[in-house]
Amino acid sequence: MSKGRVLIEAERCKECSLCVNACPFGVLRISERINSRGFHPAEDAFPEKCTGCRLCAIMCPDVVITVERAS
Amino acid sequence: MKRICQRPESLTDVQMHYCPGCTHGIIHRLVAEALDELGIREDAIGIASVGCSVFAYNYFNCDMQQAAHGRAPAVATGIKRVLPDRVVFTYQGDGDLASIGVAEIVHAAARGESITVIFVNNAIYGMTSGQMAPTTLLGQKTTTTPRGRTVQDNGYPIRMSELLATLDGTAYIERVSTHDPRHVLQAGRAIKKAFAAQLHGKGFALVEVLSTCSVNWGMSPQEALDWLRDNMVPYYPLGVYKDASVKEGEAHD
Amino acid sequence: MAKVLMKGNEALAEAAIRAGCRAFYGYPITPQNEVPNYMARHLPERGGVYLQAESEVAAINMVYGAAGAGVRVMTSSSSPGLSLKMEGISYIAAAELPCVIVNVMRCGPGLGGIHPSQGDYFQAVKGGGHGDYRLLVLAPGSVQEMADLTFEAFDLADKWRNPVMILADGLLGQMMEPVEFGDKEPQVVEKPWATTGARGRKPNIINTLDIVPESLEKRNYALAEKYGRMGEAETRWQEYKTADADLIVTAYGTSARVARSAVDMARKEGLRVGLIRPISLWPFPQAPFALLADGLRQFLVVEMSMGQMVEDVRLAVNGRGSVHFYNRLGGMVPTPRDVLAEIRKVLGGGGGQ
Repeated sequence: MSKGRVLIEAERCKECSLCVNACPFGVLRISERINSRGFHPAEDAFPEKCTGCRLCAIMCPDVVITVERAS
Repeated sequence: MKRICQRPESLTDVQMHYCPGCTHGIIHRLVAEALDELGIREDAIGIASVGCSVFAYNYFNCDMQQAAHGRAPAVATGIKRVLPDRVVFTYQGDGDLASIGVAEIVHAAARGESITVIFVNNAIYGMTSGQMAPTTLLGQKTTTTPRGRTVQDNGYPIRMSELLATLDGTAYIERVSTHDPRHVLQAGRAIKKAFAAQLHGKGFALVEVLSTCSVNWGMSPQEALDWLRDNMVPYYPLGVYKDASVKEGEAHD
Repeated sequence: MAKVLMKGNEALAEAAIRAGCRAFYGYPITPQNEVPNYMARHLPERGGVYLQAESEVAAINMVYGAAGAGVRVMTSSSSPGLSLKMEGISYIAAAELPCVIVNVMRCGPGLGGIHPSQGDYFQAVKGGGHGDYRLLVLAPGSVQEMADLTFEAFDLADKWRNPVMILADGLLGQMMEPVEFGDKEPQVVEKPWATTGARGRKPNIINTLDIVPESLEKRNYALAEKYGRMGEAETRWQEYKTADADLIVTAYGTSARVARSAVDMARKEGLRVGLIRPISLWPFPQAPFALLADGLRQFLVVEMSMGQMVEDVRLAVNGRGSVHFYNRLGGMVPTPRDVLAEIRKVLGGGGGQ
């Protein structure tokens, strides 16, 4: 069980990739799917590597990332 | 799993209109987190300026007024003087604050107006398609300096934090940046301190937040952050330029 | 209440304080300086806020803020200062914020001079700023009216959620006359829309931006509808010896004082002359002209400008009678004798034909 988890509101993501670049563990990537605004939203490709460090959420300009950490 | 970060209560649920990767969104969140942490959302009255952030009144979940271009510090003064126990803040871009509104910001600072100013410096006019701003760097290409800004045509970019810090009425002035998580966290702390300065009636507080405009700079969001780090930070040094406000030892009431 | 001898500008400021004005944001400019000076001395002692802004532009935007926060607020200036305030006034009208704006007119254009003038009529009533908006514009004709109209302006501003302008001039502002303040109480109005801090309620937003044409048009039509109701409810004028008049002089403010003397002198010569004195310049009093313009009567408009209100008189007379015009400029004030000479010229020199 990973130490953390990210929840991404795909519909609101604008594919700016700042979260992908900020993640130190390569958890995130830009998905193949397209949201209703025509963006490829970010997704957690390797959720098991997530530590809940929330660097992605810090850099997200649209506040679409919620982070959870194993208590 | 315990939730450790989510949308602050002081942000509405309205989807922000900013371009992908625009740091306005980050700064909005930092302001909202400060309002939440200090428990002042219901006491806050925000003034939106004119520029990309003109729609801030849709995004901040507190009473808001939208001010004419450059006049937010005057509107804020008009409110703070009649409602001294409310928390009044302005959210302004560099065109609004450093160009048309420079008289208003200088005099609000000189009067030691007890307001909090969030000054977003992205070295360009974003909403109106990328014109030169007073903070545009030398050599920087914009739609009105197509061959790059030059000294003999456009003079020198203005360092507002240093300029305002010379005014005795100012209590807290810090310049911060958004080009990586560490700096975003630092920006959040500075914004919270600027609001705390107002809460303790210390006088005028301003945080200058270096920001990007990837669309008008013609870069990807990440390239823009890197350009900011490599070009803007050297010309606009980060740091605290005035701190007559909350001393470390003073307890928050 | 005993009468007090006071300058027009100071009577105006005193009346504002009595009307519950709690904030005044001003800037020095002759010939209105007594207003901010008086407010600086008296407003703080009576529970209000006085602040001299860095410019008239800043001052009107401070008014916008305080009015949006639900407080009775006023600013005053003179002609060039009003030009600087125009953008702010358009915002205030668009956001439907109640406030009182005083213009103690001076001669222009440009820096002009510091003597009285009526050259800002168009700016005041046709909307000097951008976009379709209207101010309720009241023109005092005496120091007593400087006080009474200003006192009432605060209630009218709250009643209509609209800026109200007091359009005076340097002479009315600087001269002294006995004035009585009476003991009328201001009508307190609830302002649930004001930005006072969203405690236990949804946030309030004071905003004039609307980039969706369909909804901005709705806002414009709503304003137009309000201006229509204001027009019906707030038109006010004074008539003097108009019933049997062959010639009706029309003038407001200082010019009306001069015209009235001329009318009395003309009557002594057997000339049947009357006076219509508009008090509300917007809405312009069309009714008396509609009634009196019967194709026979003539009209003589007297202004201290190149001819501005005369256009509205022509519109109101609507071709049913000739409209003559007499003016002085540059800060010169017409004299009763000058106006009498004009009256004689219009009426063909002899007694009334």
